[in-house]
Amino acid sequence: MAGNLVQGAVFTVMVVRAGMLRDPDFDSQLAEQVRRSPRFFLNAPVVLDLKDAAELTHESEFADAREILRRHTLSLIGVQNASQVQLQAAAGAGLASFAPNAPQPSRSPPREPTRTASPRPTAAAKTRLVTQPVRSGTQIYARGADLVVTAAVSPGAEIIADGNIHVYGALRGRALAGAGGDVDARIFCSRLEAELVSIAGRYLVSEQLPPEQQGFSVQIALVDERLTVTRN
Amino acid sequence: MAGKVIVLTSGKGGVGKTTSAAAIAAGLALRGHRTVVIDFDVGLRNLDLIMGCERRVVFDFINVINGDARLNQALIKDKRNDNLYIFPTSQTRDKEALKREGVERVLEELKDSFDYIVCDSPAGIEHGALTAMYFADSAIIVTNPEVSSVRDSDRIIGLLASKSRRAEFNLEPVTVHLLLARYSPERVRKGEMLTVEDVKEILSIPLLGVIPESESVLRASNTGTPVAFDEESSAGRAYHDAVARFLGEQRELRFLQPERRSFFRTLFGRA
Repeated sequence: MAGNLVQGAVFTVMVVRAGMLRDPDFDSQLAEQVRRSPRFFLNAPVVLDLKDAAELTHESEFADAREILRRHTLSLIGVQNASQVQLQAAAGAGLASFAPNAPQPSRSPPREPTRTASPRPTAAAKTRLVTQPVRSGTQIYARGADLVVTAAVSPGAEIIADGNIHVYGALRGRALAGAGGDVDARIFCSRLEAELVSIAGRYLVSEQLPPEQQGFSVQIALVDERLTVTRN
Repeated sequence: MAGKVIVLTSGKGGVGKTTSAAAIAAGLALRGHRTVVIDFDVGLRNLDLIMGCERRVVFDFINVINGDARLNQALIKDKRNDNLYIFPTSQTRDKEALKREGVERVLEELKDSFDYIVCDSPAGIEHGALTAMYFADSAIIVTNPEVSSVRDSDRIIGLLASKSRRAEFNLEPVTVHLLLARYSPERVRKGEMLTVEDVKEILSIPLLGVIPESESVLRASNTGTPVAFDEESSAGRAYHDAVARFLGEQRELRFLQPERRSFFRTLFGRA
């Protein structure tokens, strides 16, 4: 019985639109992001979104895409929103097919593969809670979940989450929310003194944050591709 | 009861680790505890100079680690206090000579005969500093009231929480204490230095003591006398307060206010 041969699991994977891979601006921005957080991006899995890329149909083109991403230390593992023709070519290049994903990976229900007899219950992505100060040089990554910190985040520290980030203390380091591409993720903090904030890859450094918000309790959201900072 | 290992560390160089290690070890010895102070700064040793025993060094920490000498051949007894011993390190080797198993063996042996083992760490976050902190039961984070020292101290506190033996084996964590050294009340008043409150807020660890900037410290190094033996120096007295707090006593913080200026000095200053 193939009953327990295949287990269901939920993973969070970065999605990159095929069109963006051709854009030199995207290329340099991605290189910069990777340079700043190399451990986070090293061998990270990527799914190529083929929506609006109907002309990408050759196996060699998928191999090219894999190579482009490999140069950024990323690992292309599959495609989504692919047509039959594209799926065949992608498969030829060793890429898997992913069902179209809504951009809220931490909230999508677990998909059960058709072969298991008894589906295993998948726990909801549990919010990661950190209660000690996050010291300089420390990196915390809440994979597939929200991150709550109930102490200060020091300058030189990095906190990363695929979901939202809440800091009930001074945020003095870097905070990267929606790291897997969730544009609805937000950053909340009691005291904004951050070196850098980012949501789904868009970022602002300390100098670019509105000066009138520095030191206050704020939330940061991505609205129309721009990071906005509003008082709590 | 086995001896306790205390590491004096900071990340940043030149903040007063060796001065503090010498003074605190002397302070503990003066209180009747058998204390040994070990220099972990292989290749750049100064503890022997600060303790005034540089002309009596025969064997060192690396010799004992390598089995070339026994512990009691290397330990130097302080001439001023029977409870105080110095364990110098090699000047010709470098920090790669600090093999972890050897260090562990030596510290275990020292725990049998000493109440306190004070480890003077080198600066940085590389092998030397990591080895010095690895076996610690307590850590005193020596910090100067200025931003880069505070940043480096924060990093070191993070490393103690993750890279010490206690962290790796999930034991009771290393107890950390803040020692704010080279504090100048005048410069704080002028806004040139961070206040005690600023540093406490950023580092969020309990304050062990504030050691004022003092000329007596330079005199102490030059004469090889730990400043804790200098009864008149404000720094010496502040170290005694710090040792008392470490041993669980309550002491008010002193030496935080600028010196009261003489009435006449102000007049002369305007000329």
